[in-house]
Amino acid sequence: MTAMARDPLALRSLRVLSGIVLVLWLVLPLVPLAIWSFARGWRFPALLPNGWTLEAWRYALSDTSGVLDSLWLTLWIAACATGLSVLIGVPAGRALGMYRFRGKAVVEMVILAPVIVPGIAVALGIHAVFIALGLTNTVTGVILVHLVPTLPYMTLVMAGIFANHDPAHEEQARSLGATPVQTFWHITLPAILPGIIVGGLFAFLVSWSQYILTLLIGGGRVVTLPLLLFNFAASGRNDITGAIGMIYILPGVVILMLTARHLTGRNAALGGGGRL
Amino acid sequence: MTRLSITDLGMTYPGARTPAVDRLSLDIASGELTALLGPSGCGKTTTMKLIAGLLTPTSGDIRCDGQSILGKRPEDRGVVMVFQNHLLFPTMTVAENIGFGLRMRHVPKPAIAARVADMLDLVRLPDLGRRKPAELSGGQQQRVALARALIVQPRVLLLDEPLSNLDAHLRLEMRDLIRSLQKRLGITTLFVTHDQEEAVVLADRVALMLDGRLCQYAPAEMFYRRPADVAVARFFGGRNFVPGHALGGVFQSALGPLHLPDEAPEGPGMLTIRPESLRLGAALENSLSARLVGREFLGTQTRLRLSVGDVMLDSVQSPDQVAGLEIGQSVTITLPRSSLWVLT
Repeated sequence: MTAMARDPLALRSLRVLSGIVLVLWLVLPLVPLAIWSFARGWRFPALLPNGWTLEAWRYALSDTSGVLDSLWLTLWIAACATGLSVLIGVPAGRALGMYRFRGKAVVEMVILAPVIVPGIAVALGIHAVFIALGLTNTVTGVILVHLVPTLPYMTLVMAGIFANHDPAHEEQARSLGATPVQTFWHITLPAILPGIIVGGLFAFLVSWSQYILTLLIGGGRVVTLPLLLFNFAASGRNDITGAIGMIYILPGVVILMLTARHLTGRNAALGGGGRL
Repeated sequence: MTRLSITDLGMTYPGARTPAVDRLSLDIASGELTALLGPSGCGKTTTMKLIAGLLTPTSGDIRCDGQSILGKRPEDRGVVMVFQNHLLFPTMTVAENIGFGLRMRHVPKPAIAARVADMLDLVRLPDLGRRKPAELSGGQQQRVALARALIVQPRVLLLDEPLSNLDAHLRLEMRDLIRSLQKRLGITTLFVTHDQEEAVVLADRVALMLDGRLCQYAPAEMFYRRPADVAVARFFGGRNFVPGHALGGVFQSALGPLHLPDEAPEGPGMLTIRPESLRLGAALENSLSARLVGREFLGTQTRLRLSVGDVMLDSVQSPDQVAGLEIGQSVTITLPRSSLWVLT
């Protein structure tokens, strides 16, 4: 390993190779999906479809299919879940990353629990509670239940950021005359922004791809894109499934491109990301 | 112009058994430059943070011109603290750093720009306003930090180890700059240092803190000539302590009777004399016969170990004065009356 790291040529070819594997791994499964969305009949041994058509796309984008409504709803739920995760995860991460307090280990365990415990087990328990609260079958209920998987990511990323965060700059700002709000806005926020972006990105994508929790709490009334996608996949409409699938992966790709520079690992603020 | 009064200030960190600051009282005259001197971990920085409002004391009071500032938030105290490692905000330019305090006070932009330019001139860094802190040298960063504090015209300025991160030649330059700015602007200033030399050359008065407790608060010269106790004398390089008894202007000890200065206290105590005050050769009074038992070359000076009976004394002399002396040789030494002091 170290010998290879010292040899620039070997290192570069390793990097190229891993890049190729990664691209194949991620992109190859999507190729049939993309082809299906434009296919007019595609039976087993044939390498390519019999003909090409925009029929599936026309249907997917029409009012009757409900794909666009579902897209906006999914975006809205993911955005709300992300926003709430930031609001809760930033102060929680600060507490975990910077302060020592009684029961900290327990709090860390509880926050990590949803990552460890199967989602369905958690969801069944929450379902019973949400019925009593009248939150089942509502968008609000779905947003709240999405926090179960999104919050741990956000909190853990922020705890790592804050573990490396030196509060001395904040003290300096206060001493120079900044109020607590000004201090947060001018000093703390710029320092932790990369963490918020990365944590928010995780939270968004985790919410975006939620199936079980949405199905259980939404009771089939809150139809997000993955639910719709599954319906069409189950009914054997591969062409429409392909079209919706393409729409479904779009936000992930867009977000990834917009925030890639924060994910490279070169960012110093993320150095402590692996602490917890 | 502000007089800073600290009375019975105490601070115990949660979970700590001993207080970090123990009943500290200091009265700093308006416009005075005071050094808070002590080894690391003696509660100096804690004291600063208490004054700046970044920590809350467990007891005591801090007043500016007679009015308690304890109830005020850090941003409303008129006390600005400059931290040890400059702490310039990395995302802002030098000019933005310096203007920070005014921006937080919603001063109009053109006014800020003008004041920032003035401050850059004052700390002799014109033309560097657009740089980022990372592009500056340590000395330049320190000056920016100073400018950033001075621009808000604080009533009290607190400097935490202002010279400790600088090279020797920069320390000298920075020391002169702090001194001249402080005199010119007349800001009541308290600075923290662990370096007694730094405290002595920079400050009007020095407050020596050991283990969270104030040991002596006096003009720098007094720490050499009239230390309050053995700990203070040791901190300032004192090495000669002889137990005995002072009575009627004479100190009786294993060294025999020695004449004391008139103002020396009476009673049982420790006789002390600084190594550099001990003279070789005889005089009319306080001369003793000693044996040279060790010598150590220190560069510009030579340290001698002398024994008078069972008592060991340290002496520092210029190398040419001790050129001919051999180990084991007996020498006459004099402890000048005015250089003696009794610690009771």
